[in-house]
Amino acid sequence: MSAPVIKLEQFLLAVLPQSLTDSGWRELRDRVLRQVGEHRARGVLVDVTEMDVLDSYATRLLDGLSRMLRLRGAQTVVVGMQPGVAFAMAQLGLKLPSSGTALDVDDGLSYLRRQLPRSANGR
Amino acid sequence: MEGEEDVAVRLEADILTARQTGKTLARSLGFSDADAVLIATAISEIARNMLEYGKGGTMRFRVLASPRKGLEINAEDRGPGIKDVELAMRDGYSSGGGLGLGLPGAKRLMDDFSISSVLGSGTTVVMRKWVP
Repeated sequence: MSAPVIKLEQFLLAVLPQSLTDSGWRELRDRVLRQVGEHRARGVLVDVTEMDVLDSYATRLLDGLSRMLRLRGAQTVVVGMQPGVAFAMAQLGLKLPSSGTALDVDDGLSYLRRQLPRSANGR
Repeated sequence: MEGEEDVAVRLEADILTARQTGKTLARSLGFSDADAVLIATAISEIARNMLEYGKGGTMRFRVLASPRKGLEINAEDRGPGIKDVELAMRDGYSSGGGLGLGLPGAKRLMDDFSISSVLGSGTTVVMRKWVP
């Protein structure tokens, strides 16, 4: 249950599995934090399309990761949240204040490109 | 349809088993995908609480057939109990490091929710959702 992290343009794409254990979350966090430095990534897309539950615990970890990434100079956008998951999160009053959100990877890429200053945009 | 299933909640991986069990039962009962996610999320919140504050316990799943079709989840831990249940049910209150959304959140996701706690012997949460 580990999450692949792929380089995409000047960004990273982390694809989360259906569910992650606590150690899976920790491993993902450490890997993404490290790879942001290795690839000098300016942004990270976290794809939660496959995740069937985002409870208060997972939400806290996810937004915590966004805060850590911001301290490393990278923006985070959470993409692909399923309607049922969004519904449950809203019912619980859960928010992702430190993360951007977008419908899918395409929209997430546009979001991250908009976050970059023009000089760093490269293309 | 009738059925009963127990899941021991002792390790963090058991949370995943519990919510998968709930989801599978919910689907077989005819709940929509969205409702199955709500149920699985409530299970996740309660199972996490059982581990974090109650030293683990047992989650009992029961399919209710009459008078209404529904799913009942009985979560019992043998932890220290909750001193002030009313306070624990308040949004945003947490005795641990969490968001304090576990109990009130699970209540909001389900149709019926009751909690009883005895200091020194444990806490029991019973929650139900009815098939619409």
